[in-house]
Amino acid sequence: MADPASFINWSLLALEPPGWGGVLLRGLMNSIEIAIGGYSFGLLLGIGGACGKLYGGPITRDLMECYTTIVRAVPELVLILLLYYAGTDALNYVLALVGIGEVDISGLVAGIFVIGVVQGAYTTEVLRGAIKAVPAGQIEAARAYGMSPTKVMTRVTLPAMLPYAIPGLSNLWLIATKDTALLAVVGFSELTLVTRQAAGATKAYLLFYCAAGVLYLALTLVSDFLIKIIERRARRGFVEQS
Amino acid sequence: MTDTTPPDVTTHAMAFTPEDLPTAGSFFKPHRIVLLLIAAALVFCIVWFMRWDWVPQYLPRLGYGILVTLAMLFSTAILGFILAVPLGLVQVTGPWPLKTLAKIFCTVIRGTPLLLQLWLLYYGLGSIFPQTGIKQTFLWPYLRESWPYGVAALTISFAAYEGEVMRGAFAGVPAGEIEAARAYGMNRWTVFRRIWLPRAIHRALPTLNGETVLQLKATPLVATITVIDVYSVISKVRQDTYITYEPLLLLALIYMCLTGILVIAFRYLENRIPTRGA
Repeated sequence: MADPASFINWSLLALEPPGWGGVLLRGLMNSIEIAIGGYSFGLLLGIGGACGKLYGGPITRDLMECYTTIVRAVPELVLILLLYYAGTDALNYVLALVGIGEVDISGLVAGIFVIGVVQGAYTTEVLRGAIKAVPAGQIEAARAYGMSPTKVMTRVTLPAMLPYAIPGLSNLWLIATKDTALLAVVGFSELTLVTRQAAGATKAYLLFYCAAGVLYLALTLVSDFLIKIIERRARRGFVEQS
Repeated sequence: MTDTTPPDVTTHAMAFTPEDLPTAGSFFKPHRIVLLLIAAALVFCIVWFMRWDWVPQYLPRLGYGILVTLAMLFSTAILGFILAVPLGLVQVTGPWPLKTLAKIFCTVIRGTPLLLQLWLLYYGLGSIFPQTGIKQTFLWPYLRESWPYGVAALTISFAAYEGEVMRGAFAGVPAGEIEAARAYGMNRWTVFRRIWLPRAIHRALPTLNGETVLQLKATPLVATITVIDVYSVISKVRQDTYITYEPLLLLALIYMCLTGILVIAFRYLENRIPTRGA
């Protein structure tokens, strides 16, 4: 049995090339970029989806229902594979029709698209619940003032629903950061995949996986801290129920 | 702040719940009939124009894969729930060292991706075990396989998520009910067994449903450590036949059916528990 101290070779985590620390940090940066991009794209889809579900015609509503149902019933891993291949193929097909020819879609854009579509379905549900929680009287009052529907949306409904939406939205952000790990399966070099490569190259499996875990955990804890601040700000003026 | 709302909100957003099931009457609206016809035409096109000749050849393996997926789901959900009860309970009434430990466990597991935990167990522990004395013990034949690592990772993750839910559920049982049980002269264990645990499970059941669906959606990850579940059977098909989309579409359909069955089963279970009509 080997000496316990030899299990931990800290020089492997050095930032300079013989160590893999720099590679891991670049992977973390890629993960964060995808998480931010996917989350923002999902937020846009979610706002559209929630409005479609609440205010759209019967056909829009049914199509939105199909979208959220399918995404919520099929594993993310399968959706990521389907969207990754189908999305790049469809884009190339359209570009070929227009006559531009094939483009190589970067993993970053494809990853953001995939995470965004998955997040969009969850965001739709969270925002729909939050908008429904806004007291109807406030929206009626806004209408009685003669505001147009868009103005009611931007001045009353969206700001008033934010406190109800923030717990759900912050959970979705944490889910987005962890879902980026699934892109390792399609070969995008985010944190989990570079960790696997580093571990495979050096055979120090435990060290690298623990290091990546610490990085993910740090990301979660920092996010938690920021979310607490945002939540306190959004809930100001609310009566605290104990 | 109520204790149960935040996890409730997300699991309901994340996972398919009984409220999402369509009712029989809802299909007979004019625009729905048109949409259903379009969907039927789409399904017909998919069946007719895409390649499905590989299905009969792989059908037995697909069946086996579905069984492995279901075995993974139920074994880890049951084991995870058994772990989650003490995790939740300790966070509500335990002494502070246990409380802190349980809290750290939940935070660490919920703060890192499941794929990373899985690979940490499989590659990390898997590379340490051969160097220790475990090779001589009766455990070695099992630890050489990949499925124990999959079961371990999925169980730990389910326990951590469900432990948070159970904490909320235990804390949410009205104190009056527990006081009433004490007033009857029940000892602490009887109070727990007869009143506290059943009431907490009842409160947690809707969330438990969502968590189980999420667990089903997490099972394909074990395919990355060479467990042959339905996902890895489909990957094999894609490697063998060079067909990209058809196997994935079938896989999505299989998971949708499994989710639907799971949700219907939970609705049946929830309806069996008597509640006092308000």
